[in-house]
Amino acid sequence: MAAVERQQWDVVVVGAGGAGLRAAIEARERGARTAVICKSLFGKAHTVMAEGGIAAAMANVNEHDNWQVHFRDTLRGGKFLNQWRMAELHAKEAPDRVWELETWGALFDRTKDGKISQRNFGGHEYPRLAHVGDRTGLELIRTLQQKIVSLQQEDQKETGDYESRLKVFQECTVTRILKTVPDSRSAAGSRVSGVFAYERETGRFLVLEAPAVVVATGGIGKSFKVTSNSWEYTGDGHALALLAGAPLLNMEFVQFHPTGMVWPPSVKGILVTESVRGDGGVLRNSEGKRFMFDYIPDVFKEKYAESEEEGDRWYEDPDHNRRPPELLPRDEVARAINSEVKAGRGSPHGGVFLDVSTRMPAEVIRRRLPSMYHQFKELADVDITAEAMEVGPTCHYVMGGVAVDSDTAAARGVPGLFAAGEVAGGMHGSNRLGGNSLSDLLVFGRRAGWHAADYAADTDARPAVDDQQVDAAAAEALRPFSAESQQPDAGPPENPYTLHQELQQSMNDLVGIIRREGEMEQALQRLAELRVRARRAGVEGHRQFNPGWHLALDLRNMLLVSECVARSALERTESRGGHTREDHPTMDRRWRPVNLLCRLADPTGGLAAADPVRGQITLTRETTDPIRADLLALFEKEELVKYLAEEELYE
Amino acid sequence: MSGYTAHFRVWRGDVEGGGLEDFKVEVNDGEVVLDIIHRIQATQAADLAVRWNCKAGKCGSCSAEINGRPRLMCMTRMSVFEQGETVTVTPLRAFPVIRDLVTDVGFNYQKAREVPAFVPPAGLGPGEYRMFQEDVDRSQEFRKCIECFLCQDVCHVVRDHEENKAAYAGPRFLMRVAELDMHPLDAAEAAGLDRKRAAQDEHGLGYCNITKCCTEVCPEGIHITDNALIPLKERAADRKYDPLVWLGSKIRRRPAGG
Repeated sequence: MAAVERQQWDVVVVGAGGAGLRAAIEARERGARTAVICKSLFGKAHTVMAEGGIAAAMANVNEHDNWQVHFRDTLRGGKFLNQWRMAELHAKEAPDRVWELETWGALFDRTKDGKISQRNFGGHEYPRLAHVGDRTGLELIRTLQQKIVSLQQEDQKETGDYESRLKVFQECTVTRILKTVPDSRSAAGSRVSGVFAYERETGRFLVLEAPAVVVATGGIGKSFKVTSNSWEYTGDGHALALLAGAPLLNMEFVQFHPTGMVWPPSVKGILVTESVRGDGGVLRNSEGKRFMFDYIPDVFKEKYAESEEEGDRWYEDPDHNRRPPELLPRDEVARAINSEVKAGRGSPHGGVFLDVSTRMPAEVIRRRLPSMYHQFKELADVDITAEAMEVGPTCHYVMGGVAVDSDTAAARGVPGLFAAGEVAGGMHGSNRLGGNSLSDLLVFGRRAGWHAADYAADTDARPAVDDQQVDAAAAEALRPFSAESQQPDAGPPENPYTLHQELQQSMNDLVGIIRREGEMEQALQRLAELRVRARRAGVEGHRQFNPGWHLALDLRNMLLVSECVARSALERTESRGGHTREDHPTMDRRWRPVNLLCRLADPTGGLAAADPVRGQITLTRETTDPIRADLLALFEKEELVKYLAEEELYE
Repeated sequence: MSGYTAHFRVWRGDVEGGGLEDFKVEVNDGEVVLDIIHRIQATQAADLAVRWNCKAGKCGSCSAEINGRPRLMCMTRMSVFEQGETVTVTPLRAFPVIRDLVTDVGFNYQKAREVPAFVPPAGLGPGEYRMFQEDVDRSQEFRKCIECFLCQDVCHVVRDHEENKAAYAGPRFLMRVAELDMHPLDAAEAAGLDRKRAAQDEHGLGYCNITKCCTEVCPEGIHITDNALIPLKERAADRKYDPLVWLGSKIRRRPAGG
C-alpha cells in the first residue's frame, strides 16, 4: 500500500471559491470540524474574477423589486428550464446572504441614503446587483476569507490552535472521492468516506477521511480555447462526482459571455464585464450601427426598447421606458455578436465595438469601471475613455452540473456528497443571468455546508475508507511518471500541454457557441482519440510542484466533462439558452420539461472506465418536476404559452 | 504582428539551491511575460514551476521579480523590453523558494491571522448597516488589494532582514489594520481593542520609515504609504501622546458597573 498521510474530518469542502468558503463557514459554525481543499493559494479562487455584482432583490434602488420579480427574471433568463425550487430559494435568500457579508466586514458601494448600491444588469428588471466598482468578486472572496480567519482566531483562543476546527489545505488537488465498499447482502449502498488528494508543493498524497464531502470546484471553461476561465477550471468536481456515481444534469448548456477581449491574441477571452453595458455602454458594428435592436427575440419583444432614444431614456427613467437590448440575457447578445461578425460587419480583430467613451465622461468611466480601464490600458494599449473596445464571445460558465436536491444541495445517488456553486446544475436552467452566480454561491454554499454538517452529525460510525481505492488512486496519480514503460508498443509518451491544446481547439471549433450535428459527432470521435493518447500523457521531473504532472492529471477530468457536453449537445435537438443548434435553430416547447442526465458508462470499472471506443458516458432523459402552481401564477398566461409544452399548460 | 525570439533567463532550483537557466523563446505581438513562461513550459521545460491563475491582474498569483523588479508576470508586457534585451525572471526574494518561481508565502498568511477581524457593531442587524460612500472610500481603496505580496517582497524592513519578520506585519497587513481602523462601523474600540496601538505595538508599524517602495510596486495603484501607513502612524502617535485620548481610553475601558 502506498504511503499516504491520513486525517479525519467531519466535512471536507473541495474548492475555496465563494461556494466552498461559504459552505465551510456554515459547516464550522454548525459544529462540524471542517477541512477546505483548494488547488490555488487561499484567496485566489476564480471568484475573484467576478466583476459586476451580486444579484439580490433588496430594493435599495428601486422599491418595486422583490423576490418574485427576481425569480421571474431568473426563469426567463434560463428559458424555464431552471430547477424552479432552486430559483425560488435563491431569489428569497439572496438579500440575507448579501447583508450578512456586511456584518463580516464587506464594504459595498453605497446609495445616497447609505444603503448598499445596486446596478442594472442584463435580464434583471430592476437595478439589483450589489457591487464594489467592477471588482465585486474580489470583495466577496476577501470577505469570506477574512471571515474564515476570524473563526480560526476564535478557535485559537479556545483551543490554542488556529486549525483545530477549520483548516485550509492550499495548493492541494483532489483526484478521487472515496466511498465505502457496498455490502451485497444489505440494502444500504455505498456512501462517501473521504477524498484522495495530492499536495502540489511536495507531491505527497493525502487522504482526508470524512462522512460528508462538498464539491464546490467551479466550472469547465479550460476545455475551450477562448475562455474567461483560469487554469483551475478543469471540471474537477464534475468529474469527481461522475466517477463517484453521481449524474450530471444538462451539460449541453455552456454560457459564452458576449464580451471577452479579442485582441491582442494572448489575452483573447479575458472578460469585459457586463457592467459596461449595465452602466450605459453600447454595442456597434463596423458600420456604426447599434445592431442589438435587430436581435430582440419574440419572447422578449414587449420588454425591450424599440428605439435608441427609448433605450437611452431608460437609464434616467426606467419606470416609463424599456431597457435597451444591449441588456438582453447573455445568450442572446453572444449570438447576435457572432452573427454580425459572420456577416462581415465585425471589428478589425474579429469582434464588435463596445463603447462607453461617447456615453459618459472619462472621470465617471474611471470611477465606475476601474478594472476595465486598467485592463485595456495595460494589456491592449486601449484607453476606453477615448475609444471603443473590441469584444467577442468567450466561454464563461457552465449551467450544467451535478444533479442536486434543491433544498439540501445533496448530490443524487451518492449519500454524503453535496455540490454547490457552478459545479451544481439546475439553478440557472439553460442560461445564467449576470449577477446570479455570486448570489448562487452564497445561497447554496450555505445550504451545502449546513446539510453536510447535519449529515455528518447524524452519521454514527465513521465510514470506512477502502484501502484498495486508496491504492488505485495513488497508482492512477503516478501513472504519468511511467507513461513510457506501461504501454511500450503504443508509442512515445504524449506531451500533456499538446493534448490540452488539441482538446481546447476541438471543443472550441466543434462544440462551441453555434453547434451542428456532424461537427459534434466529429468532436466525440476526436475526444475518443484524445482519451487514448491521454493514457500515455507523460511527464518529466519529480513530484514537487510539477505543473506538467498536474495538467496530465487534470486531462482526465476535462475529457470526461467535454464528452458530457458533446453528447448532451448532440442529443438536444433545439436551441435554448446556452445551447444553439444551427440545424435546430428554434426553441422547442417539447424540450422544456426534458432534463438530460449524464452518467459514467461503467461506474464499477474505476480506472478501466477509459474505454476508447464507446465513450465513457451514457445519457438518459428525465421529465422535470412540474413548476409549482403559485410560482407559475407569477407569470401572465400569454408569456407561459411561449415556453411551456402543451400538456404543462393544461395541468 | 512580427514575432521574434527573445532571450530569457529563468531561475530554476529549489531549497537546496539553483541558478539561472537560459531559454530562447518565441514572442508574439501583445504578449506578456507570463505567456513566455507558459511557452517555455509547453515546449522546453514541462516541469517549470510557476503560480498563476487569472492572467488578468486580478488574483495576484503570478508575482515574481523581472529584471530585479517585483511585478506581476501577467501584467508585464513584452513590449516594455527591447527585442535584444535579456529578460531575467527570478522568484520573490523575501520568501523561501519552494521550486523555480514558486515561493513559500506562508509568512503572509500567518500575519493575516494576527490582525484581529472586523468587529460588528452591537445592536445593528444584517440589513441595518448605513454607511456613506465618502466614509467607505478610504477603506475601499485598501480592499482593492489582490494580495500579490509584491509590497511585502519589496519592503526593505524584511527584504534582507529575516530577523524582522517576527515583529513586522509588512505593508499589506499594516494597511489591513488601517482599513479596519477607518471602517465606519468597526466596533473594535467598544470591544476593548485598540487597533492604532496594536499597529504600533504588535504589528511593527514603527519599523516602516515611509520609503514608499510598497506604493511603487503595487499593481493596483493603492497609495499604501500616503493613505494607509502615514495616517496610521499619525493616529497611533495621537493615541500614544495625547493625554486626553489616553484618559478617554482608560475611562471607556472600566468594566461595566465597576
